Amino acid sequence: MIRLLQGCANFLRFLGSETVNRVWRLGYASRFFLAVLLRSGAAFFRFRLVMREIWFSGVLSLIIIMISGLFVGLVLGLQGYEILQRYGSSQALGTMVALSLLRELGPVVAALLFASRAGSAITAEIGLMKTTEQLTAMDMMAVDPVARVVAPRFWGGVISMPFLAALFSSMGIFGGWLIGVVFIGVDDGAFWSSMQASVDFRHDVWNGVCKSLVFGVAVSLIAVFEGFDSEPTAEGVSRAITRTVVTSALAILALDFVLTSFMFRGMS
Amino acid sequence: MNRTTLDLWVGFFVAIGIGALLFLALKVSSFPGIQMEKAYRLEARFDNIGGLKAQSPVRSAGVLVGRVTDIHFDPATYEAVVEMRIDSRYAFPADTFASIYTAGLLGDQYIGLEPGGDERNLADGARIMKTQSAVVLEKLVSQFLFNKAAEGQSTQP
Repeated sequence: MIRLLQGCANFLRFLGSETVNRVWRLGYASRFFLAVLLRSGAAFFRFRLVMREIWFSGVLSLIIIMISGLFVGLVLGLQGYEILQRYGSSQALGTMVALSLLRELGPVVAALLFASRAGSAITAEIGLMKTTEQLTAMDMMAVDPVARVVAPRFWGGVISMPFLAALFSSMGIFGGWLIGVVFIGVDDGAFWSSMQASVDFRHDVWNGVCKSLVFGVAVSLIAVFEGFDSEPTAEGVSRAITRTVVTSALAILALDFVLTSFMFRGMS
Repeated sequence: MNRTTLDLWVGFFVAIGIGALLFLALKVSSFPGIQMEKAYRLEARFDNIGGLKAQSPVRSAGVLVGRVTDIHFDPATYEAVVEMRIDSRYAFPADTFASIYTAGLLGDQYIGLEPGGDERNLADGARIMKTQSAVVLEKLVSQFLFNKAAEGQSTQP
């Protein structure tokens, strides 16, 4: 009996400490976010730092984003055509490809790829800087590591993300066009005109851009925070990188649900 | 990495990013800012608008001439009030007929304008007096069934 009670108490203690730790970490992350925002003035003042990070997380992600977009578009074209032609409406292929890419697949898949390509690299870089005590050294030289190291990486990711998502969607639509019009032989005019008739700039394109901006903020913040907060050991850095990818993926998918329910509710 | 090479790559990245956004805005969607810069408002009242929505197209002779901007219910007359914006390049006579049609069998609904013969044109904010409501498919089917049933009864001795 006493052992059972002890077991219960232990479990409750574990639950309590886990909860307190999670909430503490969340609070730390939000304070970190505020600190990054407050100190990003220097990053914009020395814009070259941000430029380097745009190159690092944007330009170097170009190939994987564009090729994945192309293949997603090709698959959407094949699958969409197969389903639509059962109902005799294969002209709607353009609509289907464009809407599914612009509203969901473009921002979400681009953000997932961005998290695993650039987010993990940012975490590794900052974590390794911490492990080798470069951040402490900067602090010693009165250089604020948040302003010098973290803020440019954060803004580089935020700026790159909408462009990458737009490129992903464009390549996907090109892939759908390639399969539908060039290989299968859907009418070229019907493909584009049905797409233009049903895709609304404000509702579809602009909402997609807003989504990718939100994902950019979320992924960049998680990446820099996990790097900055990582345990300064080899194992700690590797765990921080894993956490970046897992947390980013979960955050992207959860945020996507919330954003979709706000943006596209009440639309037909 | 060399400074100028880095600038070149970032410039290239931003340029193709903006290019992709422009492609999405201009080729994939029909950008609303370009067409219908100048437009005038018309109002029409219908007994039943069926599935008409805000942003539904307004067509004349099959050509897109405007869009529905707002739909509300008038509690005094129990009618639906539909407001639309018509491109100001197109003027319509005062006795224009507005009806709600369906594109295809199950497609979206739109307003069709059929010009009359009046010499005066509809001004900004004018109301279209002659309207025809949407055809409700259920009503049509039940009417058809009812008629068939009535026929069957009358032929019996």
